[in-house]
Amino acid sequence: MTTPLDGNALGGALGELFTVDITAAIARCAGCQHTGPVAELVVYASAPGTIARCPSCDQVLVRLVRSPDRAWLDLRGVSVIELAVPSPA
Amino acid sequence: MAIVSRGFTGRGRSIGPELPPGQYLTTDFPVLSAGPTPRVRTESWQLTIRTETGQSSTLDWAALTALPGEDITADLHCVTKWSKLGTAWRGVSLDTLLGEVDTAADYALIGCYGGYTTNLPTQDLLDGQAWVAYRYDGEDIPPEHGGPARLLVPHLYLWKSAKWLRSIELSDEDTPGFWESVGYHTYGDPWREQRYWGD
Amino acid sequence: MARAAVLGRLTWHVGTVRAVRAETPWARTIVLDVPGWPGHLAGQHVDVRLTAPDGYQAQRSYSIASAADGERVELTVELVPDGEVSPYLVSVLEVGDLLELRGPVGGWFVWRPGTPDPVLLVAGGSGLVPLMAMLRTRAASGSAAPFHLLYSVREPAAALYADELPTLGVPVSYLFTRRTPPGTRRPIGRISLLDLPAGFTPDRHPSVYACGPTGFVEAAADLLTTAGHDAQRIRTERFGPTGGNP
Repeated sequence: MTTPLDGNALGGALGELFTVDITAAIARCAGCQHTGPVAELVVYASAPGTIARCPSCDQVLVRLVRSPDRAWLDLRGVSVIELAVPSPA
Repeated sequence: MAIVSRGFTGRGRSIGPELPPGQYLTTDFPVLSAGPTPRVRTESWQLTIRTETGQSSTLDWAALTALPGEDITADLHCVTKWSKLGTAWRGVSLDTLLGEVDTAADYALIGCYGGYTTNLPTQDLLDGQAWVAYRYDGEDIPPEHGGPARLLVPHLYLWKSAKWLRSIELSDEDTPGFWESVGYHTYGDPWREQRYWGD
Repeated sequence: MARAAVLGRLTWHVGTVRAVRAETPWARTIVLDVPGWPGHLAGQHVDVRLTAPDGYQAQRSYSIASAADGERVELTVELVPDGEVSPYLVSVLEVGDLLELRGPVGGWFVWRPGTPDPVLLVAGGSGLVPLMAMLRTRAASGSAAPFHLLYSVREPAAALYADELPTLGVPVSYLFTRRTPPGTRRPIGRISLLDLPAGFTPDRHPSVYACGPTGFVEAAADLLTTAGHDAQRIRTERFGPTGGNP
């Protein structure tokens, strides 16, 4: 069960923490500078937490752990993330 | 508050009195992974042990398997709530491995092929509590279960039983490992249900 | 209708099953009424959570099959061998039952009507589900954007939406991998360069959406970039090894 998914699989869990959609956000890998949408990250979701890796260099970009009432998010592998913030109509 | 799904029971499991709190008994052996499965050949396998004084020793596969081995029966408790009882392994006790090592260090940082790490007090590696396992159920350990060799520390949650073992770094400082640095408990005693920070 | 890109955290909704519809011997569509549903875009998915009486929980993601329609959400679920959640959804869940879902999820793998670009849809097995939402949304909106569906599936009996696809006014190419209907010209086999349709060549700058098992999506994406399609115009959604998490 180590066939990975992609960053679309992060959308639900991160959607509980962020008020904007994260899958379309653009992230830059702190390791190799590869830049692309979170939707294209390589995701391992069967661990004690969810891990997203760079599709180019495999470095860990995102670590997410959930307990019933807390979330821990480690984004040290992301040097910058660009989000679209919709303006009110 | 989640609603109960009528008629849903999930995979075969039961709750037994001999299980730590919050655990379910399973007969499967789930594979959980944070990345691609490392493929390490025993021809190039090495275990490096580094002490707090900078001394280091390295074992290759022949050296590991030449050490006195033990048959181990272990109950496994994963923090994701499944427990698997009575698993059969063969491996070398950390008492044997660390017996020749000159150290007074309080902590160990375990390193693995593929980059995974976990930390635990040196004390929890000793006194018959931990092994470097190289056989499961009478066979070579399959890569997805941590082969060729993994750490086995059954008295702590299974994330401490690091797969694809590669190094043991002994230190006076406690460095949180891969999961311990993002919410999982530093120690991880299943019998006190120490899953997350602050538990 | 509220746009799905609304500021706010995703939370769990409770839907009621209003209808179930067998699609194939291995898949069925579940029609839910979800009070408070904010609407959704074609391509988005939901996370479904099941809870056993002893508190045990299992969670899986399923693509929304329907076009946005008030509080109505349709999911098409295919049985995964040795699965934990799909057997419950395909065989146990019945009309009147409650189902917890979180969503709508996703802002990348979506198609918005009003985009005039040609669209090439590439589906592997149950990967057709989110692409069906796109086809239905296109039909409901009256969009004239040229679409073509490439649908890789093992055999005719396993093909989803077989009756509805011909009614959508969009060419559908079936790529059977194990068994074909008699008289079919295309031999059994996985997707190849020969399957890419004329009229959707790179110079037309189509948007491409590929969805299905991880292996299928990666093979399809490689094929498309080999054929000269701009990687930036290919959007993908991977379902894991068997087309769905077990």
